[in-house]
Amino acid sequence: MILSNDTKSKIGEYAKKYPKVKSAILPALHYAYEEQGYLDDSMYEEIAQVLGVKFIEVAEAASFYTMFPKQKRGKYYIQVCRNISCALLGSHHLTQYLLQKLGTKLGETTKDHLFTVVEVECLGSCCSAPMMQVNDKYYENLTLAKVDQLIDEWRAAK
Amino acid sequence: MQKHVLFENINDPKLHNIDRAIELGAYKAWEKVLKSIKREELVQMVKDSGLRGRGGAGFPTGLKWSFVPVASPKPKYLCCNADESEPGTCKDRVLMECDPHSVIEGVMIAAFAIDCHTSFFYVRGEYDLSMRRIEKAIDEAYKKGYLGKNILGTGYDLEMILHRGGGAYICGEETALLSSLEGEKGLSRIKPPFPAVSGLYACPTVVNNVETLANLPRIVINGGQWYASMGTEKSKGTRIFSVSGHVKKPGNYELELGTPLRTLIYDYAGGILDDKKLKCVIPGGSSVPVLMPDQLDTPLDFESVQAAGSMLGSGAVIVMNEDTCMVWVAEILAHFYMHESCGKCTPCRQGTGWLYEIIHRIEHGQGRAQDLDTLLDLAKNIEGNTICALGDAAATPVISTIKQFRNEYEYHIEHKKCLVKSDFRLR
Ligand SMILES: Cc1cc2nc3c(=O)[nH]c(=O)nc-3n(C[C@H](O)[C@H](O)[C@H](O)COP(=O)(O)O)c2cc1C
Repeated sequence: MILSNDTKSKIGEYAKKYPKVKSAILPALHYAYEEQGYLDDSMYEEIAQVLGVKFIEVAEAASFYTMFPKQKRGKYYIQVCRNISCALLGSHHLTQYLLQKLGTKLGETTKDHLFTVVEVECLGSCCSAPMMQVNDKYYENLTLAKVDQLIDEWRAAK
Repeated sequence: MQKHVLFENINDPKLHNIDRAIELGAYKAWEKVLKSIKREELVQMVKDSGLRGRGGAGFPTGLKWSFVPVASPKPKYLCCNADESEPGTCKDRVLMECDPHSVIEGVMIAAFAIDCHTSFFYVRGEYDLSMRRIEKAIDEAYKKGYLGKNILGTGYDLEMILHRGGGAYICGEETALLSSLEGEKGLSRIKPPFPAVSGLYACPTVVNNVETLANLPRIVINGGQWYASMGTEKSKGTRIFSVSGHVKKPGNYELELGTPLRTLIYDYAGGILDDKKLKCVIPGGSSVPVLMPDQLDTPLDFESVQAAGSMLGSGAVIVMNEDTCMVWVAEILAHFYMHESCGKCTPCRQGTGWLYEIIHRIEHGQGRAQDLDTLLDLAKNIEGNTICALGDAAATPVISTIKQFRNEYEYHIEHKKCLVKSDFRLR
Protein backbone atom coordinates (compact mmCIF):
# COMPACT_ATOMS: atom_id res chain seq x y z
CA MET A 1 0.00 0.00 0.00
CA ILE A 2 1.55 3.26 -1.09
CA LEU A 3 -1.28 5.74 -1.36
CA SER A 4 -2.68 6.92 1.95
CA ASN A 5 -6.23 6.09 2.95
CA ASP A 6 -6.98 9.79 2.87
CA THR A 7 -5.95 10.07 -0.77
CA LYS A 8 -7.86 6.94 -1.66
CA SER A 9 -11.01 8.23 -0.07
CA LYS A 10 -10.60 11.57 -1.86
CA ILE A 11 -10.34 9.68 -5.13
CA GLY A 12 -13.40 7.62 -4.28
CA GLU A 13 -15.39 10.73 -3.35
CA TYR A 14 -14.43 12.66 -6.48
CA ALA A 15 -15.33 9.70 -8.67
CA LYS A 16 -18.92 9.85 -7.42
CA LYS A 17 -19.43 13.17 -9.19
CA TYR A 18 -19.03 11.68 -12.65
CA PRO A 19 -21.71 9.92 -14.67
CA LYS A 20 -19.04 7.30 -15.53
CA VAL A 21 -16.30 6.26 -13.16
CA LYS A 22 -13.58 6.05 -15.80
CA SER A 23 -13.70 9.84 -16.02
CA ALA A 24 -12.19 9.96 -12.55
CA ILE A 25 -8.85 8.53 -13.69
CA LEU A 26 -7.34 11.96 -14.36
CA PRO A 27 -8.40 13.48 -11.02
CA ALA A 28 -7.17 10.30 -9.32
CA LEU A 29 -3.75 10.68 -10.96
CA HIS A 30 -3.60 14.26 -9.71
CA TYR A 31 -4.44 13.24 -6.14
CA ALA A 32 -1.84 10.48 -6.20
CA TYR A 33 0.82 12.68 -7.73
CA GLU A 34 0.16 15.46 -5.21
CA GLU A 35 0.78 13.03 -2.39
CA GLN A 36 3.75 11.12 -3.81
CA GLY A 37 5.52 13.52 -6.18
CA TYR A 38 5.71 10.81 -8.86
CA LEU A 39 3.67 7.83 -10.03
CA ASP A 40 4.52 4.21 -10.68
CA ASP A 41 2.82 0.97 -11.62
CA SER A 42 1.89 0.02 -8.09
CA MET A 43 0.11 3.36 -7.67
CA TYR A 44 -1.69 2.82 -10.97
CA GLU A 45 -2.79 -0.52 -9.59
CA GLU A 46 -4.12 1.02 -6.40
CA ILE A 47 -6.00 3.70 -8.33
CA ALA A 48 -7.47 1.02 -10.57
CA GLN A 49 -8.68 -0.85 -7.49
CA VAL A 50 -10.24 2.20 -5.88
CA LEU A 51 -12.07 3.10 -9.09
CA GLY A 52 -12.89 -0.41 -10.21
CA VAL A 53 -11.25 0.04 -13.60
CA LYS A 54 -8.44 -1.93 -15.24
CA PHE A 55 -4.77 -1.26 -14.52
CA ILE A 56 -4.08 -0.70 -18.21
CA GLU A 57 -6.74 2.02 -18.38
CA VAL A 58 -4.97 3.99 -15.66
CA ALA A 59 -1.52 3.36 -17.12
CA GLU A 60 -2.63 4.40 -20.60
CA ALA A 61 -4.13 7.67 -19.45
CA ALA A 62 -1.15 8.48 -17.21
CA SER A 63 1.35 7.89 -20.01
CA PHE A 64 -0.38 10.38 -22.29
CA TYR A 65 0.11 13.49 -20.17
CA THR A 66 3.20 15.45 -19.20
CA MET A 67 2.19 16.06 -15.59
CA PHE A 68 2.62 12.56 -14.18
CA PRO A 69 6.33 11.66 -14.09
CA LYS A 70 7.47 8.17 -13.15
CA GLN A 71 10.49 9.47 -11.22
CA LYS A 72 10.83 11.82 -8.31
CA ARG A 73 12.19 15.22 -9.24
CA GLY A 74 14.07 17.86 -7.29
CA LYS A 75 12.34 19.75 -4.50
CA TYR A 76 12.20 22.70 -6.87
CA TYR A 77 11.01 21.49 -10.25
CA ILE A 78 11.91 24.38 -12.54
CA GLN A 79 10.03 24.44 -15.83
CA VAL A 80 11.25 27.12 -18.21
CA CYS A 81 8.86 28.03 -21.01
CA ARG A 82 10.72 27.54 -24.30
CA ASN A 83 7.96 28.66 -26.64
CA ILE A 84 7.85 31.68 -28.89
CA SER A 85 6.71 34.58 -26.69
CA CYS A 86 9.18 33.68 -23.96
CA ALA A 87 11.95 32.85 -26.45
CA LEU A 88 11.64 36.32 -27.99
CA LEU A 89 12.46 37.74 -24.56
CA GLY A 90 15.36 35.49 -23.69
CA SER A 91 14.03 32.20 -22.34
CA HIS A 92 16.76 30.15 -24.02
CA HIS A 93 19.31 32.33 -22.27
CA LEU A 94 17.35 31.84 -19.04
CA THR A 95 17.66 28.05 -19.33
CA GLN A 96 21.40 28.23 -19.98
CA TYR A 97 21.84 30.64 -17.08
CA LEU A 98 19.97 28.35 -14.68
CA LEU A 99 21.87 25.25 -15.76
CA GLN A 100 25.19 26.99 -15.35
CA LYS A 101 24.27 28.52 -12.02
CA LEU A 102 23.01 25.23 -10.61
CA GLY A 103 25.76 23.19 -12.23
CA THR A 104 23.37 20.71 -13.77
CA LYS A 105 22.07 19.45 -17.10
CA LEU A 106 18.64 19.71 -18.65
CA GLY A 107 16.32 17.12 -17.11
CA GLU A 108 18.79 16.03 -14.43
CA THR A 109 18.37 16.56 -10.71
CA THR A 110 21.12 18.22 -8.68
CA LYS A 111 22.98 15.97 -6.22
CA ASP A 112 21.39 17.69 -3.23
CA HIS A 113 17.98 16.75 -4.71
CA LEU A 114 16.98 20.42 -4.68
CA PHE A 115 16.67 21.32 -8.34
CA THR A 116 15.51 19.80 -11.62
CA VAL A 117 15.48 22.10 -14.64
CA VAL A 118 13.45 21.29 -17.74
CA GLU A 119 12.17 23.20 -20.74
CA VAL A 120 8.43 23.03 -21.39
CA GLU A 121 6.01 24.27 -24.01
CA CYS A 122 3.89 27.42 -23.67
CA LEU A 123 2.42 27.86 -20.18
CA GLY A 124 0.06 30.71 -21.05
CA SER A 125 2.08 33.46 -19.45
CA CYS A 126 2.98 35.08 -22.76
CA CYS A 127 2.31 38.68 -21.74
CA SER A 128 4.58 38.31 -18.70
CA ALA A 129 7.48 36.61 -20.47
CA PRO A 130 10.00 35.27 -19.83
CA MET A 131 8.61 32.94 -17.20
CA MET A 132 9.12 29.67 -15.41
CA GLN A 133 6.85 27.48 -13.37
CA VAL A 134 8.40 26.08 -10.20
CA ASN A 135 6.29 23.23 -8.87
CA ASP A 136 2.81 24.81 -9.12
CA LYS A 137 3.77 28.44 -9.03
CA TYR A 138 4.37 30.86 -11.90
CA TYR A 139 7.35 33.24 -11.77
CA GLU A 140 6.92 35.90 -14.44
CA ASN A 141 8.70 38.88 -16.03
CA LEU A 142 12.00 37.28 -15.04
CA THR A 143 15.27 39.16 -14.98
CA LEU A 144 18.74 37.91 -14.08
CA ALA A 145 18.47 39.66 -10.72
CA LYS A 146 15.12 38.02 -9.95
CA VAL A 147 16.45 34.58 -10.84
CA ASP A 148 19.51 35.08 -8.63
CA GLN A 149 17.33 36.12 -5.74
CA LEU A 150 14.98 33.16 -6.11
CA ILE A 151 17.80 30.63 -6.24
CA ASP A 152 19.38 32.17 -3.14
CA GLU A 153 16.07 31.96 -1.29
CA TRP A 154 15.54 28.33 -2.26
CA ARG A 155 19.08 27.36 -1.32
CA ALA A 156 18.69 29.05 2.04
CA ALA A 157 15.34 27.36 2.65
CA LYS A 158 16.76 23.98 1.50
CA MET B 1 -11.05 51.03 -29.64
CA GLN B 2 -10.70 49.79 -26.11
CA LYS B 3 -14.08 48.73 -24.79
CA HIS B 4 -14.52 47.03 -21.47
CA VAL B 5 -17.24 44.44 -21.52
CA LEU B 6 -15.40 41.44 -20.09
CA PHE B 7 -12.82 43.61 -18.37
CA GLU B 8 -15.34 45.99 -16.81
CA ASN B 9 -14.34 45.13 -13.25
CA ILE B 10 -11.21 43.12 -13.94
CA ASN B 11 -8.94 45.28 -11.79
CA ASP B 12 -11.05 44.83 -8.66
CA PRO B 13 -8.80 42.67 -6.47
CA LYS B 14 -11.74 41.05 -4.65
CA LEU B 15 -13.78 40.20 -7.72
CA HIS B 16 -13.02 36.52 -7.34
CA ASN B 17 -14.96 36.41 -4.06
CA ILE B 18 -18.63 35.72 -4.58
CA ASP B 19 -19.90 38.49 -2.30
CA ARG B 20 -17.93 41.14 -4.13
CA ALA B 21 -18.90 39.64 -7.48
CA ILE B 22 -22.58 39.77 -6.52
CA GLU B 23 -22.23 43.41 -5.43
CA LEU B 24 -20.95 44.08 -8.94
CA GLY B 25 -23.85 42.28 -10.59
CA ALA B 26 -22.85 38.60 -10.79
CA TYR B 27 -25.65 36.02 -11.05
CA LYS B 28 -28.30 38.60 -11.99
CA ALA B 29 -28.26 37.18 -15.50
CA TRP B 30 -28.54 33.61 -14.24
CA GLU B 31 -31.53 34.57 -12.10
CA LYS B 32 -33.12 36.36 -15.04
CA VAL B 33 -32.62 33.31 -17.27
CA LEU B 34 -34.10 30.93 -14.71
CA LYS B 35 -37.08 33.10 -13.83
CA SER B 36 -38.11 34.94 -16.94
CA ILE B 37 -36.49 33.68 -20.14
CA LYS B 38 -37.57 30.66 -22.17
CA ARG B 39 -34.86 28.40 -23.50
CA GLU B 40 -35.69 29.24 -27.14
CA GLU B 41 -35.63 32.95 -26.34
CA LEU B 42 -32.16 32.63 -24.85
CA VAL B 43 -30.84 30.83 -27.92
CA GLN B 44 -32.39 33.51 -30.14
CA MET B 45 -30.92 36.28 -28.02
CA VAL B 46 -27.42 34.87 -28.42
CA LYS B 47 -28.00 34.37 -32.15
CA ASP B 48 -29.06 38.03 -32.35
CA SER B 49 -25.95 39.11 -30.48
CA GLY B 50 -23.78 37.71 -33.25
CA LEU B 51 -21.43 36.17 -30.65
CA ARG B 52 -18.91 33.83 -32.26
CA GLY B 53 -16.66 31.34 -30.50
CA ARG B 54 -13.48 32.76 -28.99
CA GLY B 55 -11.68 29.40 -28.86
CA GLY B 56 -10.26 29.73 -32.34
CA ALA B 57 -12.75 28.73 -34.99
CA GLY B 58 -15.19 31.64 -34.56
CA PHE B 59 -18.30 29.52 -34.95
CA PRO B 60 -21.59 31.35 -34.11
CA THR B 61 -22.45 30.36 -30.54
CA GLY B 62 -26.25 30.45 -30.76
CA LEU B 63 -26.17 28.39 -33.94
CA LYS B 64 -23.94 25.77 -32.33
CA TRP B 65 -26.40 25.40 -29.46
CA SER B 66 -29.30 25.04 -31.85
CA PHE B 67 -27.75 21.84 -33.29
CA VAL B 68 -28.36 20.05 -29.99
CA PRO B 69 -31.40 17.76 -30.19
CA VAL B 70 -32.97 19.04 -27.00
CA ALA B 71 -35.91 16.65 -27.21
CA SER B 72 -33.52 13.69 -27.12
CA PRO B 73 -34.05 11.43 -24.08
CA LYS B 74 -30.28 11.34 -23.52
CA PRO B 75 -28.67 13.75 -21.06
CA LYS B 76 -27.11 16.84 -22.64
CA TYR B 77 -23.67 18.07 -21.55
CA LEU B 78 -21.97 21.43 -21.57
CA CYS B 79 -18.17 21.59 -21.31
CA CYS B 80 -16.24 24.75 -20.71
CA ASN B 81 -12.97 24.62 -22.62
CA ALA B 82 -10.38 26.16 -20.30
CA ASP B 83 -7.44 24.21 -21.70
CA GLU B 84 -5.85 27.38 -23.10
CA SER B 85 -2.49 26.35 -24.55
CA GLU B 86 -2.11 27.87 -28.00
CA PRO B 87 1.31 29.58 -27.85
CA GLY B 88 0.86 33.31 -27.26
CA THR B 89 -2.57 32.98 -25.67
CA CYS B 90 -3.17 33.92 -22.03
CA LYS B 91 -6.58 35.59 -21.96
CA ASP B 92 -8.76 32.82 -20.49
CA ARG B 93 -6.35 32.62 -17.60
CA VAL B 94 -6.96 36.29 -16.71
CA LEU B 95 -10.71 35.75 -16.76
CA MET B 96 -10.49 32.66 -14.56
CA GLU B 97 -8.08 34.18 -12.08
CA CYS B 98 -9.73 37.59 -11.77
CA ASP B 99 -13.39 37.05 -12.64
CA PRO B 100 -14.20 33.36 -12.20
CA HIS B 101 -17.85 34.03 -11.33
CA SER B 102 -18.59 35.56 -14.74
CA VAL B 103 -17.06 32.51 -16.36
CA ILE B 104 -19.06 29.95 -14.38
CA GLU B 105 -22.22 32.05 -14.70
CA GLY B 106 -21.62 31.79 -18.45
CA VAL B 107 -21.40 28.01 -18.12
CA MET B 108 -24.73 27.99 -16.27
CA ILE B 109 -26.44 30.08 -18.94
CA ALA B 110 -25.07 27.95 -21.79
CA ALA B 111 -26.15 24.80 -19.94
CA PHE B 112 -29.69 26.16 -19.66
CA ALA B 113 -29.68 26.93 -23.39
CA ILE B 114 -29.27 23.24 -24.23
CA ASP B 115 -31.29 21.85 -21.30
CA CYS B 116 -28.19 20.44 -19.66
CA HIS B 117 -28.12 19.43 -16.00
CA THR B 118 -24.52 18.26 -15.69
CA SER B 119 -21.77 20.60 -16.84
CA PHE B 120 -18.00 20.21 -16.87
CA PHE B 121 -15.21 22.70 -16.46
CA TYR B 122 -12.08 21.38 -18.17
CA VAL B 123 -9.17 23.46 -16.94
CA ARG B 124 -5.62 23.23 -18.14
CA GLY B 125 -3.59 21.15 -15.64
CA GLU B 126 -0.75 23.64 -15.22
CA TYR B 127 -3.10 26.54 -14.51
CA ASP B 128 -2.93 26.11 -10.76
CA LEU B 129 -4.29 29.49 -9.67
CA SER B 130 -7.04 29.43 -12.31
CA MET B 131 -8.06 26.02 -11.11
CA ARG B 132 -8.17 27.06 -7.47
CA ARG B 133 -10.15 30.19 -8.25
CA ILE B 134 -12.68 28.26 -10.33
CA GLU B 135 -12.91 25.53 -7.70
CA LYS B 136 -13.63 28.14 -5.04
CA ALA B 137 -16.13 29.95 -7.28
CA ILE B 138 -18.02 26.70 -7.92
CA ASP B 139 -18.09 25.90 -4.18
CA GLU B 140 -19.38 29.37 -3.37
CA ALA B 141 -22.02 29.16 -6.08
CA TYR B 142 -23.29 25.86 -4.65
CA LYS B 143 -23.44 27.39 -1.17
CA LYS B 144 -25.45 30.37 -2.41
CA GLY B 145 -27.83 28.07 -4.26
CA TYR B 146 -26.85 29.05 -7.82
CA LEU B 147 -25.88 25.44 -8.50
CA GLY B 148 -27.33 22.17 -7.28
CA LYS B 149 -30.91 21.03 -7.06
CA ASN B 150 -33.99 23.23 -7.53
CA ILE B 151 -31.92 26.36 -8.14
CA LEU B 152 -33.53 29.51 -6.68
CA GLY B 153 -36.74 27.55 -6.27
CA THR B 154 -37.24 27.29 -10.03
CA GLY B 155 -37.05 23.51 -10.24
CA TYR B 156 -33.95 23.64 -12.47
CA ASP B 157 -31.07 21.36 -11.44
CA LEU B 158 -27.47 21.91 -12.51
CA GLU B 159 -24.22 20.30 -11.38
CA MET B 160 -20.80 21.64 -12.30
CA ILE B 161 -17.77 19.34 -12.18
CA LEU B 162 -14.25 20.69 -12.28
CA HIS B 163 -11.95 18.50 -14.35
CA ARG B 164 -8.24 19.21 -14.31
CA GLY B 165 -6.24 18.33 -17.43
CA GLY B 166 -2.87 16.60 -17.34
CA GLY B 167 -0.79 18.81 -19.63
CA ALA B 168 -1.55 18.29 -23.32
CA TYR B 169 -2.29 20.97 -25.93
CA ILE B 170 -4.40 18.56 -27.94
CA CYS B 171 -6.99 18.38 -25.16
CA GLY B 172 -8.06 21.91 -26.15
CA GLU B 173 -9.37 20.42 -29.39
CA GLU B 174 -12.97 19.72 -28.55
CA THR B 175 -13.17 16.03 -29.41
CA ALA B 176 -9.84 15.29 -27.70
CA LEU B 177 -11.16 17.18 -24.68
CA LEU B 178 -14.11 14.81 -24.60
CA SER B 179 -11.84 11.74 -24.84
CA SER B 180 -9.79 13.12 -21.98
CA LEU B 181 -12.90 13.80 -19.94
CA GLU B 182 -13.96 10.19 -20.45
CA GLY B 183 -10.69 9.01 -18.91
CA GLU B 184 -9.17 7.96 -22.22
CA LYS B 185 -5.97 9.29 -23.77
CA GLY B 186 -6.69 12.73 -25.23
CA LEU B 187 -7.04 11.61 -28.84
CA SER B 188 -9.19 13.57 -31.27
CA ARG B 189 -12.17 11.90 -32.90
CA ILE B 190 -13.54 11.88 -36.42
CA LYS B 191 -16.34 14.38 -37.10
CA PRO B 192 -19.16 13.76 -37.94
CA PRO B 193 -20.77 12.89 -35.66
CA PHE B 194 -20.32 16.34 -34.21
CA PRO B 195 -20.36 16.64 -30.42
CA ALA B 196 -23.72 18.41 -30.59
CA VAL B 197 -25.17 15.07 -31.69
CA SER B 198 -22.80 12.58 -30.11
CA GLY B 199 -20.21 13.95 -27.73
CA LEU B 200 -19.42 13.12 -24.13
CA TYR B 201 -20.52 9.54 -23.29
CA ALA B 202 -22.08 9.54 -26.79
CA CYS B 203 -24.61 12.16 -25.66
CA PRO B 204 -25.34 15.59 -27.18
CA THR B 205 -22.59 17.95 -26.01
CA VAL B 206 -21.54 21.55 -26.49
CA VAL B 207 -17.97 22.68 -25.94
CA ASN B 208 -17.51 26.43 -25.50
CA ASN B 209 -14.46 28.52 -24.75
CA VAL B 210 -14.01 30.47 -21.48
CA GLU B 211 -14.14 33.89 -23.12
CA THR B 212 -17.18 32.95 -25.21
CA LEU B 213 -19.00 31.91 -22.04
CA ALA B 214 -17.95 34.97 -20.03
CA ASN B 215 -19.79 37.15 -22.56
CA LEU B 216 -23.13 35.46 -21.88
CA PRO B 217 -24.10 37.15 -18.58
CA ARG B 218 -23.55 40.55 -20.24
CA ILE B 219 -25.62 39.59 -23.26
CA VAL B 220 -28.46 38.33 -21.06
CA ILE B 221 -28.54 41.57 -19.04
CA ASN B 222 -28.10 44.02 -21.91
CA GLY B 223 -29.68 42.12 -24.80
CA GLY B 224 -28.49 40.68 -28.09
CA GLN B 225 -28.89 43.99 -29.93
CA TRP B 226 -26.61 45.73 -27.47
CA TYR B 227 -23.83 43.22 -28.09
CA ALA B 228 -24.38 43.39 -31.83
CA SER B 229 -23.95 47.16 -31.75
CA MET B 230 -20.23 46.62 -31.11
CA GLY B 231 -17.73 45.36 -33.66
CA THR B 232 -18.13 45.03 -37.41
CA GLU B 233 -20.93 43.76 -39.60
CA LYS B 234 -20.01 40.09 -39.18
CA SER B 235 -17.67 40.14 -36.20
CA LYS B 236 -19.67 41.43 -33.27
CA GLY B 237 -18.60 42.51 -29.83
CA THR B 238 -15.15 42.69 -28.31
CA ARG B 239 -12.20 40.38 -28.00
CA ILE B 240 -9.37 40.04 -25.61
CA PHE B 241 -6.08 40.22 -27.48
CA SER B 242 -2.99 38.85 -25.76
CA VAL B 243 -0.09 40.91 -27.09
CA SER B 244 3.32 39.38 -26.49
CA GLY B 245 6.86 39.44 -27.82
CA HIS B 246 8.73 42.58 -28.82
CA VAL B 247 6.40 45.31 -27.58
CA LYS B 248 6.90 47.86 -24.82
CA LYS B 249 3.71 47.02 -22.95
CA PRO B 250 2.73 43.39 -23.45
CA GLY B 251 -0.64 42.52 -22.00
CA ASN B 252 -4.23 41.48 -22.50
CA TYR B 253 -6.25 44.23 -24.17
CA GLU B 254 -9.98 44.07 -24.73
CA LEU B 255 -10.89 45.89 -27.93
CA GLU B 256 -13.89 46.18 -30.13
CA LEU B 257 -13.57 43.79 -33.06
CA GLY B 258 -12.45 45.66 -36.15
CA THR B 259 -9.81 47.76 -34.35
CA PRO B 260 -6.73 48.02 -36.59
CA LEU B 261 -3.73 45.88 -35.71
CA ARG B 262 -1.64 49.07 -35.72
CA THR B 263 -3.77 50.64 -32.99
CA LEU B 264 -3.38 47.55 -30.82
CA ILE B 265 0.37 47.35 -31.21
CA TYR B 266 1.28 51.04 -31.15
CA ASP B 267 -1.43 52.74 -29.09
CA TYR B 268 -2.12 50.05 -26.51
CA ALA B 269 0.96 47.83 -26.43
CA GLY B 270 3.26 50.86 -26.64
CA GLY B 271 5.00 50.08 -29.94
CA ILE B 272 8.08 47.98 -30.64
CA LEU B 273 10.47 47.23 -27.80
CA ASP B 274 13.61 49.40 -27.85
CA ASP B 275 12.12 51.24 -30.87
CA LYS B 276 13.45 48.58 -33.21
CA LYS B 277 11.93 47.87 -36.59
CA LEU B 278 8.94 45.57 -36.80
CA LYS B 279 9.61 42.36 -38.71
CA CYS B 280 6.26 40.59 -38.66
CA VAL B 281 3.26 39.71 -36.50
CA ILE B 282 1.43 36.46 -35.83
CA PRO B 283 -2.11 37.76 -35.26
CA GLY B 284 -4.02 34.79 -33.86
CA GLY B 285 -1.84 32.31 -31.99
CA SER B 286 1.08 30.24 -33.27
CA SER B 287 -1.10 28.26 -35.68
CA VAL B 288 -1.84 31.12 -38.09
CA PRO B 289 0.18 32.72 -40.93
CA VAL B 290 2.30 35.82 -40.25
CA LEU B 291 1.29 39.32 -41.28
CA MET B 292 3.90 41.74 -42.61
CA PRO B 293 4.50 45.39 -41.61
CA ASP B 294 2.60 46.67 -44.66
CA GLN B 295 -0.49 44.87 -43.31
CA LEU B 296 -0.62 46.77 -40.02
CA ASP B 297 -3.80 48.56 -41.00
CA THR B 298 -5.70 45.28 -41.13
CA PRO B 299 -8.79 45.58 -38.91
CA LEU B 300 -8.84 42.84 -36.29
CA ASP B 301 -12.04 41.05 -37.17
CA PHE B 302 -12.54 37.53 -38.52
CA GLU B 303 -13.17 38.59 -42.12
CA SER B 304 -10.46 41.25 -42.50
CA VAL B 305 -7.70 39.12 -41.02
CA GLN B 306 -8.72 36.27 -43.28
CA ALA B 307 -8.71 38.59 -46.30
CA ALA B 308 -5.18 39.59 -45.31
CA GLY B 309 -4.17 35.93 -45.56
CA SER B 310 -4.18 34.94 -41.91
CA MET B 311 -6.68 34.13 -39.14
CA LEU B 312 -7.86 35.74 -35.93
CA GLY B 313 -7.60 32.33 -34.19
CA SER B 314 -7.20 32.64 -30.43
CA GLY B 315 -6.54 36.40 -30.52
CA ALA B 316 -2.90 36.03 -29.53
CA VAL B 317 -0.81 38.70 -31.22
CA ILE B 318 2.88 37.81 -31.26
CA VAL B 319 5.13 40.67 -32.32
CA MET B 320 8.65 40.15 -33.68
CA ASN B 321 11.34 42.73 -34.30
CA GLU B 322 14.06 42.92 -36.96
CA ASP B 323 16.52 40.82 -34.91
CA THR B 324 14.31 37.73 -35.14
CA CYS B 325 15.52 34.84 -37.29
CA MET B 326 12.44 33.31 -38.89
CA VAL B 327 13.99 29.86 -39.27
CA TRP B 328 14.58 29.94 -35.52
CA VAL B 329 10.92 30.87 -35.02
CA ALA B 330 9.80 28.05 -37.31
CA GLU B 331 12.02 25.63 -35.40
CA ILE B 332 10.48 26.59 -32.05
CA LEU B 333 6.96 26.17 -33.40
CA ALA B 334 7.77 22.91 -35.18
CA HIS B 335 9.14 21.54 -31.92
CA PHE B 336 5.87 22.46 -30.22
CA TYR B 337 3.63 20.68 -32.73
CA MET B 338 5.86 17.61 -32.75
CA HIS B 339 5.65 17.47 -28.96
CA GLU B 340 1.89 17.99 -28.89
CA SER B 341 0.72 15.74 -31.74
CA CYS B 342 -1.49 13.10 -30.13
CA GLY B 343 -0.17 10.46 -32.52
CA LYS B 344 -3.49 9.23 -33.84
CA CYS B 345 -3.14 10.29 -37.50
CA THR B 346 -0.03 9.19 -39.37
CA PRO B 347 0.51 12.41 -41.37
CA CYS B 348 0.61 14.45 -38.16
CA ARG B 349 2.43 11.93 -35.97
CA GLN B 350 5.22 11.35 -38.51
CA GLY B 351 5.02 14.64 -40.37
CA THR B 352 5.44 16.94 -37.38
CA GLY B 353 8.63 15.12 -36.41
CA TRP B 354 10.03 15.33 -39.93
CA LEU B 355 9.19 19.03 -40.18
CA TYR B 356 11.07 19.63 -36.97
CA GLU B 357 14.09 17.57 -37.96
CA ILE B 358 14.51 19.35 -41.26
CA ILE B 359 14.01 22.86 -39.85
CA HIS B 360 16.35 22.01 -37.00
CA ARG B 361 19.08 20.96 -39.38
CA ILE B 362 18.63 24.06 -41.52
CA GLU B 363 18.80 26.31 -38.44
CA HIS B 364 21.94 24.50 -37.29
CA GLY B 365 23.84 24.81 -40.54
CA GLN B 366 23.18 21.32 -41.91
CA GLY B 367 20.51 22.27 -44.43
CA ARG B 368 20.44 20.73 -47.89
CA ALA B 369 19.47 22.32 -51.19
CA GLN B 370 16.29 20.28 -51.59
CA ASP B 371 15.10 20.86 -48.02
CA LEU B 372 12.70 23.70 -48.79
CA ASP B 373 10.87 21.67 -51.39
CA THR B 374 10.73 18.73 -49.01
CA LEU B 375 9.34 20.94 -46.24
CA LEU B 376 6.61 22.36 -48.43
CA ASP B 377 5.77 18.95 -49.80
CA LEU B 378 5.53 17.54 -46.28
CA ALA B 379 3.46 20.43 -44.98
CA LYS B 380 1.02 20.09 -47.85
CA ASN B 381 0.71 16.38 -47.21
CA ILE B 382 -0.21 16.97 -43.58
CA GLU B 383 -2.65 19.80 -44.28
CA GLY B 384 -6.20 18.54 -44.65
CA ASN B 385 -5.20 14.92 -44.11
CA THR B 386 -5.73 14.63 -40.37
CA ILE B 387 -8.75 14.21 -38.13
CA CYS B 388 -8.29 17.46 -36.27
CA ALA B 389 -6.76 20.82 -37.07
CA LEU B 390 -3.51 20.24 -35.16
CA GLY B 391 -1.99 18.93 -38.39
CA ASP B 392 -2.96 22.09 -40.28
CA ALA B 393 -1.70 24.16 -37.37
CA ALA B 394 1.71 22.49 -37.64
CA ALA B 395 1.90 22.99 -41.40
CA THR B 396 0.89 26.65 -41.41
CA PRO B 397 3.93 28.30 -39.77
CA VAL B 398 6.23 26.33 -42.07
CA ILE B 399 4.39 27.33 -45.23
CA SER B 400 3.92 30.90 -44.08
CA THR B 401 7.53 31.55 -43.04
CA ILE B 402 8.89 29.99 -46.23
CA LYS B 403 6.51 32.13 -48.27
CA GLN B 404 7.45 35.41 -46.57
CA PHE B 405 11.07 34.75 -45.65
CA ARG B 406 12.37 32.31 -48.23
CA ASN B 407 15.60 34.30 -48.48
CA GLU B 408 16.38 33.57 -44.83
CA TYR B 409 15.95 29.84 -45.31
CA GLU B 410 18.11 29.96 -48.45
CA TYR B 411 20.79 31.99 -46.69
CA HIS B 412 20.90 29.37 -43.92
CA ILE B 413 21.30 26.53 -46.36
CA GLU B 414 23.96 28.31 -48.41
CA HIS B 415 25.99 29.97 -45.64
CA LYS B 416 25.28 27.47 -42.83
CA LYS B 417 24.31 30.26 -40.45
CA CYS B 418 21.57 32.78 -39.71
CA LEU B 419 21.05 35.90 -41.79
CA VAL B 420 19.94 37.62 -38.59
CA LYS B 421 20.74 35.83 -35.37
CA SER B 422 18.10 35.67 -32.63
CA ASP B 423 20.19 36.23 -29.56
CA PHE B 424 17.64 37.41 -27.06
CA ARG B 425 18.91 37.76 -23.52
CA LEU B 426 17.41 38.18 -20.12
CA ARG B 427 17.65 41.70 -18.81
C1 LIG C 1 -5.19 21.66 -31.71
C2 LIG C 1 -6.34 22.48 -31.21
C3 LIG C 1 -6.25 23.08 -29.96
C4 LIG C 1 -7.30 23.84 -29.46
N1 LIG C 1 -7.17 24.42 -28.23
C5 LIG C 1 -8.20 25.14 -27.72
C6 LIG C 1 -8.12 25.71 -26.42
O1 LIG C 1 -7.11 25.58 -25.73
N2 LIG C 1 -9.19 26.40 -25.96
C7 LIG C 1 -10.34 26.55 -26.70
O2 LIG C 1 -11.29 27.16 -26.23
N3 LIG C 1 -10.43 26.03 -27.93
C8 LIG C 1 -9.42 25.32 -28.46
N4 LIG C 1 -9.54 24.76 -29.71
C9 LIG C 1 -10.84 24.94 -30.42
C10 LIG C 1 -11.85 23.91 -29.94
O3 LIG C 1 -11.73 22.73 -30.73
C11 LIG C 1 -13.30 24.41 -30.08
O4 LIG C 1 -13.48 24.89 -31.38
C12 LIG C 1 -13.68 25.50 -29.11
O5 LIG C 1 -13.40 25.14 -27.79
C13 LIG C 1 -15.15 25.80 -29.25
O6 LIG C 1 -15.54 26.85 -28.39
P1 LIG C 1 -16.08 28.21 -28.97
O7 LIG C 1 -17.11 27.88 -30.01
O8 LIG C 1 -16.64 28.92 -27.80
O9 LIG C 1 -14.90 28.91 -29.56
C14 LIG C 1 -8.49 24.01 -30.23
C15 LIG C 1 -8.55 23.43 -31.50
C16 LIG C 1 -7.49 22.69 -31.98
C17 LIG C 1 -7.61 22.08 -33.34
